[in-house]
Amino acid sequence: MTTSSTDPGSMDAQTSGNGAKPGPMLAADGTPLKRSLNRALRRQKLRALMLIAPLLIFVLITFIAPIADMLFRSVRNEIVQETLPMTVEALKSWDEETTELPDEKVFEAAYYDMFLAAEQKLHTRLGTRLNYELTGISSLFRKTGRAVDRFDTDKYVDDFAALDPSWKDPATWAAMFANEDIAKALPQTAHLWQRWTDFLQTKNEDPAKEDVEPFLFTSLYSELMAGADVSGLSPRLEQAAGAVKTFTPVSIEQQFIDADKDWGNHEVWATIKTYSPAYTPGYFLNAVDAQLTADGVSARPENEQIYGILFKRTIFMSITITLSCIMLGYPVAWLLANLPMRTANILMILVLLPFWTSLLVRTSAWKVMLQQQGVINDVLVWLGIISDSGRLIMINNQFGTIVAMTHILLPFMILPLYSVMQTIPPTYLRAAKSLGATNWVAFWRVYFPQSVPGIGAGSILVFILAIGYYITPEIVGGTTGTFISNRIAYHISSSLNWGLAAALGSILLAAVLILYYAYDRIVGIDNVKLG
Amino acid sequence: MKTTASLLASAAFALTGVAASAQEMANEMTIVSWGGAYQKSQLKAYVEPYQAMHPEVNVIWDESSAEAVAKLRAMNEAKNITWDLVDVEAADAIRLCDEGLAMEIDFDGELAAGDDGSTPTDDFGDSLVSDCFIPQIVFSTTVGYRTDMVGDTPPKDICAIFDLDTYPGKRSLNKRPLANVEWALLCDGVPKDEIYDVLATEEGQERALAKLGTIKDQVIWWTAGADTPQLLADGEVVMGSTYNGRLFSAIAEQNQPIGMLWDAEMLDFDGWIVPAGLDAPRLARVMDFLKFATDSQRLADQAKWISYGPARASSAPLVGQHADLGIDMAPHMPTDPANAKNVFVTQYDFWADYRDDIDAKFQAWLAR
Repeated sequence: MTTSSTDPGSMDAQTSGNGAKPGPMLAADGTPLKRSLNRALRRQKLRALMLIAPLLIFVLITFIAPIADMLFRSVRNEIVQETLPMTVEALKSWDEETTELPDEKVFEAAYYDMFLAAEQKLHTRLGTRLNYELTGISSLFRKTGRAVDRFDTDKYVDDFAALDPSWKDPATWAAMFANEDIAKALPQTAHLWQRWTDFLQTKNEDPAKEDVEPFLFTSLYSELMAGADVSGLSPRLEQAAGAVKTFTPVSIEQQFIDADKDWGNHEVWATIKTYSPAYTPGYFLNAVDAQLTADGVSARPENEQIYGILFKRTIFMSITITLSCIMLGYPVAWLLANLPMRTANILMILVLLPFWTSLLVRTSAWKVMLQQQGVINDVLVWLGIISDSGRLIMINNQFGTIVAMTHILLPFMILPLYSVMQTIPPTYLRAAKSLGATNWVAFWRVYFPQSVPGIGAGSILVFILAIGYYITPEIVGGTTGTFISNRIAYHISSSLNWGLAAALGSILLAAVLILYYAYDRIVGIDNVKLG
Repeated sequence: MKTTASLLASAAFALTGVAASAQEMANEMTIVSWGGAYQKSQLKAYVEPYQAMHPEVNVIWDESSAEAVAKLRAMNEAKNITWDLVDVEAADAIRLCDEGLAMEIDFDGELAAGDDGSTPTDDFGDSLVSDCFIPQIVFSTTVGYRTDMVGDTPPKDICAIFDLDTYPGKRSLNKRPLANVEWALLCDGVPKDEIYDVLATEEGQERALAKLGTIKDQVIWWTAGADTPQLLADGEVVMGSTYNGRLFSAIAEQNQPIGMLWDAEMLDFDGWIVPAGLDAPRLARVMDFLKFATDSQRLADQAKWISYGPARASSAPLVGQHADLGIDMAPHMPTDPANAKNVFVTQYDFWADYRDDIDAKFQAWLAR
């Protein structure tokens, strides 16, 4: 935590500069002294770096990299593009400001994407992701994934097969797209065929044995209808190109809406489009009670705003806990530092004993102490201070959290305070008094300023530990005493919204760093002493 | 993290590689469960009999079911699945299946037929809520009360929670919206079959929270299933919701002055999922174990140790007596007809959609 600002190299350079002689000072071998010194210094630095390299690499790989990766999730959003690539592309030309649904082209693209996603079982994952933004998408995707291979598009299969039965043979398709000219004339179908065979190969299935799925026929139909030029490429294709106009078209839009009427909901499409970029500010906006909609950024409805309250509460309670730790820890540390060694050691053990006790045990003990039928209330009732019906509520609220956490974090305040106070010579106080200071003035003007670095170190430790505390608030916090970390834990382990958890975590980390910086500016981190 | 993961992966690979060459099935199996009495019931009913038949199998228990979804996702991203079989609630199983983290099961092909000859699909019936989920038990979230604190009129229906005049005192409720919002609407006069329609609307959600608001300052919100029995035993609350097995053990095994309410309880399922991406020998072992552990007799046996109902219909007639107390377990099952006169069956599809939305509103409401 202490940073060294004095650099031996810079001092050397300064002293050499102070010579004030014309021309550069030369070393024994004739090179300028400055350069020679720099070189020696660089070698030293390199050696030092190599010595710490194992630790540095270890910390980078096991600590920094995973945290960075986790925090990066707060903006990552490739899942939409990866799962629905053609839909995202097709939606670019759709204006979400209008009240109209996207056109048939978009529905068609969504059909191809959805079919392939459902085969790979990726659609439900995307449904869960988009459900964070619009309630209902989760089941919409699940339902559509089940329906998508029962779309009426199998009619096209029969239509093509009626022209030539070999259309149903996967070998026909494989041969067709092996021909580069055909692949160029029918780019969309060729692309889909490629994705389809790639997928089959990852499943270790032979594309030559699998049925050609209706979505491929749909794409072929749609490209031929759009007037793809296949003349001279293959008689089978030419025959089909001539015949497609006689097929009865199937409305893909209608198929989607039959699968779930929510596909007719403008908001669903707007959500997909809004969240189609690979990086999104959506999670961060969520973390500050705002939301990203098609109309831009807006605040969440008041009955859903929670994170602002929790951040404010976390900061407020952490400060309160730090202050209570100072109030309680200062006299104890002073006693420890000023009592004779033997007594101080016994006291020290009393400070360390709870420090070594399991966190859960201590928190549960506070539950027994503070609850309405607990020890403190029982004693108060027995003493007649409160009536049996008027038992105090001291747990499952902010009070309970502050009491339990102050107790748990107290050693982190006492120990740095103690180690700083030990270095303050008692003679200073005596000298102050001999010069006429009262007890209070001697303490406040002489002793206290010297103990400030200890308070600083203790406060930073306690505050940073408190701000990310999780288990104690969870057990004794009730509803008014929980922290932002409880919400982060919920999103990590329960709702699986890791993006939002990462955004909340990043904000918390940023808050700590800003406070640390401010502290450095105001008090100075060099004044912090741990011993 | 990645190096450790890959180290572990290669170690696991080496281990399974040895096992595979010696035999077709892996001899080690990591089962994830909830710990406590529930895990013990699984040990006694499934694992010990299985090991008696296959002494070469070594079972490692991991008590991580509460974090199973997050941990499985992390394992999947690290491409190193160390679990073979995971016990989760149905809602979590659906999420794991959606995320592609759990394997789809061919119920009729992989599981044993019922003792009455029915196919697994028919035998499990409505409890097959996901393609990846093999149900074991039916449990219910219900309400227990202190018999010595409710006077001469013990509560008979769920709305006693909201009745502060007749039953003054604190009550404990789950810190999640599930069950609470349903009960709130039911007691606010919404007919039972319309509750989810109402809950799907903004006004319905507000209405449920408003009803809960009438008792908000009298509620202690719990996060672990063990909280309510403890609060009841301490006399901290007059009544509270929890899982029926917890109440049974407080009443029958610990003789606490607690009574149990069988009204509008939320029926829910708990069961197995197999993580996606197991290698062949491990998968073969798990499927062999599953076929044994989910047959009619084994599911019925589990009820000897815990008062949760078997998920198979054909197991119900086989349910016997408590292993230590010797009392008949059938009347304590959530599936017993007398207990199941008026129940909610959790609407998984609804909660999959609305969980995040209602939870955000619920937590914001709690924090206000």
